[in-house]
Amino acid sequence: MSTLHEWVDQLERALLAVDPAATRRLMAQASVTIPALQVLDAIIVPALERIGRYWERGEAALSQVYMSGRIIESLSSTLLPTASRPHPQHTTLAIAVLDDFHFLGKNLVLSILHTGGFDLIDLGHVDVDGLVERVRNGGIEVLLISTLMLPSALRVREVRDKLMEAGQHVKIVVGGAPFRFDPELWREVGADGCGQNATEALAIVRSLVKTRVNGEAEA
Amino acid sequence: MSAIRMTAMQRVAAALALREPDRVPCILPVTMHGARELGLSIESYYAKAENVVEGQLRMFAKYRHDALPAIFYGALEMEAWGSETIFRDDGPPNSGPPIVTKIEDIKKLSPPSVEGAPRLQEALKTIGLLKQNVGDTAPIVGMVISPFSVPVMQLGFGPYFDILHERPDLFDHLMAVNGEFCVAWANAQLAAGASLIVYADPVSSPTIIPRETYLRTGFQVAGRVIPRIKGGVLTHFASANCLSILDDVAQTGTTAVGVSALEDLAAVKAACRGKLTVVGNLNAIAMRNWTPSQAVAAVRTAIAQAGPGGGYMLSDNHGEIPWQVPEEILLVIADAVRTWGSYPLDWVEEEQP
Repeated sequence: MSTLHEWVDQLERALLAVDPAATRRLMAQASVTIPALQVLDAIIVPALERIGRYWERGEAALSQVYMSGRIIESLSSTLLPTASRPHPQHTTLAIAVLDDFHFLGKNLVLSILHTGGFDLIDLGHVDVDGLVERVRNGGIEVLLISTLMLPSALRVREVRDKLMEAGQHVKIVVGGAPFRFDPELWREVGADGCGQNATEALAIVRSLVKTRVNGEAEA
Repeated sequence: MSAIRMTAMQRVAAALALREPDRVPCILPVTMHGARELGLSIESYYAKAENVVEGQLRMFAKYRHDALPAIFYGALEMEAWGSETIFRDDGPPNSGPPIVTKIEDIKKLSPPSVEGAPRLQEALKTIGLLKQNVGDTAPIVGMVISPFSVPVMQLGFGPYFDILHERPDLFDHLMAVNGEFCVAWANAQLAAGASLIVYADPVSSPTIIPRETYLRTGFQVAGRVIPRIKGGVLTHFASANCLSILDDVAQTGTTAVGVSALEDLAAVKAACRGKLTVVGNLNAIAMRNWTPSQAVAAVRTAIAQAGPGGGYMLSDNHGEIPWQVPEEILLVIADAVRTWGSYPLDWVEEEQP
């Protein structure tokens, strides 16, 4: 019988090979002996996290990260239907693409956060004012913003300032190419965190949600 | 070599021929900054060829760099496919929503005519007017987006990855259609007076697809298209990596490669030696916050890593200097190339540990 570590190794190989059939077979085998929630938390999420780290180090390609998320999402709804959300979620999360039409980064983050057990409101493509309005009206507490172009990344500062003016103390997490090329940019624009890849975004969201829940409990 | 002062054209030609020119050529892709020079919005600037010509000539004089980028913006050629362009005041125009919303519609695509596309004609007019002004003293640089990379704008990244992996029939048709347009558009720019065509191909980068996928897709496409372009070609990965595929890239018929700031320029130069001219790799995003001394240090480092032996041109890593980069920094870069880039680069050897 395979250990959890071996399951992760095998899943990682199948995903990097963009092999949906092998992935389905593996997950079916794992689900026979391992509870669905554990398959998600102890096999699928670690495999996706590893692939994200490989991309960060230049050892995997973006297409492999994207196709891995897509394969897992397609299996999650059929193969793991009993896996309810592992994290009771008390925080309203949203994700948006600011100012351009490049959705890949946002979709990668959405995919891994869904797999990791989080529900997010997908705001799609928005401009600054539209985003501020959606955050105010939606009671959003953690806002993830994806950008591809430098001017869009710089505009996060406007989002932050307008939300502050409106009394909205929203946690902002940013990601995208400009933040990879300038490691200080996320601080410059007033973000609370920056994910260099989708799996980092998952770790940051986990931490923010935990902090919020603990903060509320203490209050 | 340094005693003979070359024209910008001779300098770039020597670097593209993998030789040492009188000094390292400097190419600053200040594609939109002419709008600021002329006091125009970016949209108004690009509306008329005469604006772009005036802007590029002024910047050529100001920065004393070695090429005139007759490149409007990446989304320009998508206008020929029927796409909307979204202008902004502080950066390059973006391509609007993808033109293909149902992937089966790929089968209906046919290459747009360069002659019938008014905006492409405006760009060609720009090249012609620049050529009238500079003749053979300085190279005019045109651009195409590779047939393999333009689907990111035609379809969006996600749907493109989907057909890349799952629909070889649609992928093959798309590459055939895009290839025909790309060759026609590149050759029209060369016929108008461009000396060098940038073949923007970030999707071929190992940052985006694994090498094995590249070898059966982007590599094959480039190998079919680039030899049909009747002039020098610079394959640019637009900030994405290329080191691990350089031996493959060299077989596509290209002359030069544009390199990411995230890659080891010395390693890239070693891999390209005798095969490809290296172009890059100043960090265009970080550049906007550089102090003058940081700018000089970045130029010195790049020249030390890639300058010796020739076959190198200093430039940014993306092929487009951001609007937010201060003029002062560009002037410092231009001066630093003159100070540190004159061949022979004895100082590089003297500073070796």
